[in-house]
Amino acid sequence: MVDRPYLEFERPLVELEKKISDMKDFSVGESIELDSEIASLEKKLARLRKDIYSRLTRWQNVQLSRHPKRPYMLDYVKMITTDFVELHGDRCFADDQAMIGGFAKIDNQPVLVIGQQKGRNTKQKLARNFGMAHPEGYRKALRLFKLAEKFEIPIIVLIDTPGAYPGIGAEERGQAEAIAHNIREMARLRVPIVVVIIGEGASGGALGIGVGDVVMILEYAWYSVISPEGCAAILWRDAAKAPEAAEALRVTSDDLIKLKVVDKVISEPEGGAHRDPTATARLVKKEILAALKELQTKPIEQLLQDRLAKYRSIGEFEER
Amino acid sequence: MEWFKKAKSGIESKEKKNIPEGLWTKCTSCGEIVYSKKMEQLLWVCPNCNFHFRIPSRKYIELILDDGRLDVYDVNLVSKDPLKFKDSKKYPDRIKTAQQKSGALEGVTAGLAAIDGIRVSFAIMDFSFIGGSMGSVVGEKIGRAIERAIENRVPLLIVSSSGGARMQEGILSLMQMAKTSALLAVLAEKRIPYISILTNPTTAGVMASYASLGDVIIAEPKALLGFAGPRVIQQTIGQDLPEGFQSSEFFLEKGFLDKIVERKDLRNTIIKLLRMMWRKSVET
Ligand SMILES: [Zn+2]
Repeated sequence: MVDRPYLEFERPLVELEKKISDMKDFSVGESIELDSEIASLEKKLARLRKDIYSRLTRWQNVQLSRHPKRPYMLDYVKMITTDFVELHGDRCFADDQAMIGGFAKIDNQPVLVIGQQKGRNTKQKLARNFGMAHPEGYRKALRLFKLAEKFEIPIIVLIDTPGAYPGIGAEERGQAEAIAHNIREMARLRVPIVVVIIGEGASGGALGIGVGDVVMILEYAWYSVISPEGCAAILWRDAAKAPEAAEALRVTSDDLIKLKVVDKVISEPEGGAHRDPTATARLVKKEILAALKELQTKPIEQLLQDRLAKYRSIGEFEER
Repeated sequence: MEWFKKAKSGIESKEKKNIPEGLWTKCTSCGEIVYSKKMEQLLWVCPNCNFHFRIPSRKYIELILDDGRLDVYDVNLVSKDPLKFKDSKKYPDRIKTAQQKSGALEGVTAGLAAIDGIRVSFAIMDFSFIGGSMGSVVGEKIGRAIERAIENRVPLLIVSSSGGARMQEGILSLMQMAKTSALLAVLAEKRIPYISILTNPTTAGVMASYASLGDVIIAEPKALLGFAGPRVIQQTIGQDLPEGFQSSEFFLEKGFLDKIVERKDLRNTIIKLLRMMWRKSVET
């Protein structure tokens, strides 16, 4: 796979890949010498890749989660489910294209899938509002959650958002109220909820669909109380200090496991999910199925009790 | 448990900062100059423009609760520094400064009280404590206040003022939204009333959790209320915000508030509501 580099730290890798690819084009059946040269470059590439991705800074990790080729919500729906029927609208105001939901089958089992969707090209990005939902998006999600509960269908949430949209319409229609209600209602939905953070998990915009029995995160995804840029703008008074803010906020999958906010990290191919979306999706599917299987053995009352206990206990403080 | 009044003098001297000092007070909203003694009588509401000055938690306790009395719980909860967070200042130093300024260990005061003889679980946020931000301790104290309402089967009152989740505790602060909202779901199942009172300002993580989840939501006039801060919205959309945007009046007009209530009428309004909403005959 040859790409133009998107991230600065990818550049040496992409350059080396290009060199190998050029040599391969040239060498078809030509010389054994060239073949061995290629083999050695490939080894070098593997070493370099390992080296770069084993010591990403938190900010590089955030950048990787925003890679333009990274699989988005609908890519996963395509790769891990069948029979997806998208359901639109909040029955109140509008259909929010930044939030997608519908019924689908995973391994022949009906589920409700919900998540934020980003766009690939400019037109799609605008239509999806960069994955930033309005109140009608959160209300659509809640409407579908209730449908799932009514028909006893488990819920799968795929989170990928730079935040709930901060705009005039969003405030007029009660962004805070919509998110607050979702959080409260999700805490008591009488069906299993499996949450996977697949890209960006920014703030209330993520939590507004993010309360679950099992919360997992992809290796290079992130989850935080505020985006690194937002935090930098407030505390450092300079959005360019985002790398410092990302470090301070501890936003990576590794951090989240240590803070006991997520239950499991789903590993990604070296270089990130976009390097091998199929392999990533296979793992995501496997982990979702495993989580569902375990949750479905629990009586509902137990499930609700455990969910409440889980959120009740998060936080670190001292009692003097 | 201790009597709130015992700690009163200590808090009083340190909380002055929110109220303008001196013989004469200039309204920060309209510029009107008012005799400070009169301002005190008016509960720190400008007689000219009705702007409600920020007042310390203790003043609300005196204003709303019977005999100004609150049996305080959980005073010994103290924040830790789980992220070892540092921006221009280390987080523990920020906390220390806030503690010295406010005379309290954290930004919420909570306990049991009575209003016109009705027992209630009461909690109030202190904006002067790191901008009323919600970290693990604030979330825990609000959470315990909700649980006290459930255990004692008494109505819940929360007076909010907050800039949102506390960044210095990162994702753990975000999770306090889930903690408090999940417990409120249980309270709602028990059919125990919750009145949420919003004061200037209540935004972001607190607005997007318990502040928005009252059975009845009331706000003081002209408070700043919303999800995103005005500056963030302005930067995002690249244009000026309309006059009165994100005020209590705006919230009422858009349908997200039950009522705007002036400070002097808070207690009576709450009593009226509770007398009708809270009858012991209501059982789950
Ligand atoms: Zn005035």
